[in-house]
Amino acid sequence: MEILYKFLDKNALIVAFVTVGGIMYLGELISKYLLRKKIPGSAVAIFLGLVFAYLAGISTGGEKGLADIQGLSGMSLLGGSMFRDFAIVSTAMGASFLLIKRTGWVGVLSLFLGIFVSFVGGMALAWLFGYHDAKSLATIGAGACTFIVGPVTGAAVQASSDVIALSIAAGVVKSILVTIGTPWLAPYIGLNNPNTAMIYGGMLGTTSGVSAGLAATDPALVPYGALTATFYTGLGCLLCPSVLYLLLEKLL
Amino acid sequence: MVIYGVTFLGACYIIGQLIGDYLAKLLGVQANVGGVGFAMLLLIVFHDFLQKRHFFPAESEKGVLFWSQMYIPVIVAMSATQNAALAIHSGVLALLAGIIPVFMCFACIPFISKLSSQKLSRDGNTL
Repeated sequence: MEILYKFLDKNALIVAFVTVGGIMYLGELISKYLLRKKIPGSAVAIFLGLVFAYLAGISTGGEKGLADIQGLSGMSLLGGSMFRDFAIVSTAMGASFLLIKRTGWVGVLSLFLGIFVSFVGGMALAWLFGYHDAKSLATIGAGACTFIVGPVTGAAVQASSDVIALSIAAGVVKSILVTIGTPWLAPYIGLNNPNTAMIYGGMLGTTSGVSAGLAATDPALVPYGALTATFYTGLGCLLCPSVLYLLLEKLL
Repeated sequence: MVIYGVTFLGACYIIGQLIGDYLAKLLGVQANVGGVGFAMLLLIVFHDFLQKRHFFPAESEKGVLFWSQMYIPVIVAMSATQNAALAIHSGVLALLAGIIPVFMCFACIPFISKLSSQKLSRDGNTL
């Protein structure tokens, strides 16, 4: 057993390739035979990934899903931000600059509106649950943006650590919900063209959720959604601890 | 050669991400600001530029296309390494704060896209 684990750890990335291939094949089989192709295999595979992450999380008590299982550490490299961002950039090859330019200012508007709506929504819920100080409200509101904006804001305004943990959790819930929910909601919001995909990326902003959600909906839209989403976390980290926090303090 | 395509993609990635990091420093933000977006724009613009001058043969393109086809597997690996247990076990407020704003944002999308399609039709363009 020890030899096996040593081998798997030494060849972590290759093991991850094989593991992911297996999950994708399983997704394809489920899509074909159980769902009669109503849900594409890639969407099933992404969902399966989340299920495995959950099962691994409760059995190991770790934070990194399958990567916490001995021998599967390479999953966190393959699924980490380096490979994710690298692959996202490569999808731009098929994107049209003309279409991006056409959406232009509306994409920027969607970024600001997306951050504002999430912040206010998260903050209002925190208020209902009994948080009435500006620091906690701002941190939880920021957590409703993404799981990076939450802790960055929390650290900047010196919120308590349990509130910061809460904001991270809210951000993770958001990213998972966007992953699962996008293919279902896409027909209702007209998410079938590059223009709407850019607005969607700006409104939701969670890079992992947006990129996975679009992959499950229509891979051709990935570059457009990712392009605006990539500005969201940075802009959120800029606005939440500053303008939005100060505004909140004034109001209270 | 395939490696030239990968090199091109890697160079766009590095320059774009660095722009994102320096922009963040300039703005005093503790996160990368649009690094992936800058990298994508660089890729689109330079690919166009090089292709028009026949400096980008199909063989090199394979180096980029391979990675764009690896996109979904990478996303599967990402979803398999999410802290899904935390998301489900973290209490009602975290769940609601992660769920309700998302639906609010989804609800806004049709209105903004209507706004932009009005502008597009004024310009005489249709999508």
